[in-house]
Parts: sequence; structure tokens; C-alpha cells
Amino acid sequence: MSLLLFIWHALMWLFIAIGLFFNSLGVFGILRFPDVYTRLHADTKATTFGTIFTSLAVVIYGLGHWLKTADGQYGSLVLHTLIAVVVLAITNATGAHAIARAALRRGHQPARAVVNKLEDSTS
Amino acid sequence: MMPSNFFTDWAFMIPFFITACFSLGVYLLLTAGSGDVLWFWSGQEILVGLFVAVVVGWVARGFFCDSRRRAALNPKRWLRAVGYVCGPFFIELAKANVDVAYRVITGRIRPGIVRVKSGMETDLGVLMLANSITLTPGTLTVDINEDTNDLYVHVINVSDDVAARDALEAHEIFSTFDCPSWIRRIAE
Repeated sequence: MSLLLFIWHALMWLFIAIGLFFNSLGVFGILRFPDVYTRLHADTKATTFGTIFTSLAVVIYGLGHWLKTADGQYGSLVLHTLIAVVVLAITNATGAHAIARAALRRGHQPARAVVNKLEDSTS
Repeated sequence: MMPSNFFTDWAFMIPFFITACFSLGVYLLLTAGSGDVLWFWSGQEILVGLFVAVVVGWVARGFFCDSRRRAALNPKRWLRAVGYVCGPFFIELAKANVDVAYRVITGRIRPGIVRVKSGMETDLGVLMLANSITLTPGTLTVDINEDTNDLYVHVINVSDDVAARDALEAHEIFSTFDCPSWIRRIAE
């Protein structure tokens, strides 16, 4: 039983560590990259992945307590977190697309671009 | 705008019904465990859920069921969608993060916007492909040509032969899996 408890806690801490690592990577990406498009690269991918892992830690926490106490509130915690992950993955990508498109409409050109097929097609 | 033959107008009722059912399903998932009517729910939650479903179905039917094709309603495709998200999509997402980590730390970028032929016919297919591209290594969907369903994709590291070409096929964006054909089997 104590081995199970150890694995449970270790998995939780592991997932929180992975999640925080990638989320902070997203922040560094925002600070380091030159323009809005490359910043969105860092932001969307890293935060989606990081948040999936922090949410997985919550799911494991909830599942463990659910099995231990058979209390329904932990079951709904797991369910709500899973729904939040799905919605987050969809809205993060869609939001990034909306921001990139808005930046493009405002006339922001990608910095240091090697090729720009959009400019060729409109001019 | 209520049509005169309200209850027999199927072009109006079917999108309304599908949207309302989806909304009710999500509401019941969110409130599961609130009571013991039908095992999981309290009576109030079911009543409120029905009310919300009718309102949401009314407001959102035009966006939610835009096209006439109902292929995405097939439960087999939902299972395939779950398999896609847990398998190929998640692996591409993991690779994307290793890639971003590398570029954040080294600062080695060579950005550009390329044109990608999506090859999708439905809005749902284009949406899934655009979102998958955004979350896979080094690519971000910037704009969509809604007549031809071509995607304009910001790539963080363009190679010379990609820069020289007029347009890429969708499957060339993904390195390990053929995600566009997965999406085609889910959404079209």
C-alpha cells in the first residue's frame, strides 16, 4: 500500500514538474523571440502541452482520492479537469490563429522572413 | 425569425436538435454527481440543462451545423477522433515542444509564411487541420483562403527547397504521421 502511495505521489510531482517546465519555456519564448508570430509559436505549443500535464496531475490526484474515499466530488473533479483540457486544446489553437490573423490584417510583417507567400498572393 | 411552418421545417429543426443535444450532453457531463435522478443528476440540474440546451440550440445552430453533411455524427468517427487525439496528435504535440524548447534556448530561427493545400472539403475538416498544424512542430496557421481552403502557415524554420516551392501538400507538414488522412476519416 505504501508503495502505491509513493507511486501516486511521484507521478503527481513528475507531471507537475513537466508541466511547469514547459509552461515556463513558453514564457521564455515570449521574451526571446523577435515578432508576434514566432512568439505565438512558443506560447501556444508550450502552454498547451504544459497545461495538459499539470491537468493530468490533477486527474491523478482526483482518481487516487476517488478510489480511496469513494467520494463523488473527486469523480467530478476528474471529469471537469478532462473537459477543461479538451476545451483548452481547442481554444488555444483557435485563439493563436485569431491573434496571428489579426496581426496580419494590421500589417505586421513576419520578422526576418525568408519567404512570404501571403505577400506574393496579395500584391 | 420564426419560419411559418416551424415544426415541420426540417432544415431548421435538425440543426437545432443536434446542437441542443450536444449542449445538453456537455451540461450533464459538467453536472454529473449532483443527485440521484437517473443515477447521477439532481432534478433541478436536468431541468436547467434542458432549458439551456433549448436556448443554446436556438442561438448556435447556424454556427454549429453549418454544412449539410452529417458524416461527423457517426459515433465511429468520434472514437476515431479520440484515437487521433491520444495517438498521432499527442506525439506530434510532444515533438513540437521539444522543438520549441530547442529554438527558445538556441534562438536559431528562419521564419517564413508558406502556402499549404489543405485538400479538405468541409469546414470541420479545415478547422481540425488548421488547429493540428498550429499545435505541431514549427508551424502556425495564420490565414485561410475560404474559397480554395488553402492555408497560409507561418513556419519557424523554412528550408531552402520548401521556400522555393509554390505550395506544399498538407501531409508534408507532419513528419511522423499522416495526420490529414486521419482528419479526413474523422471529419469528411
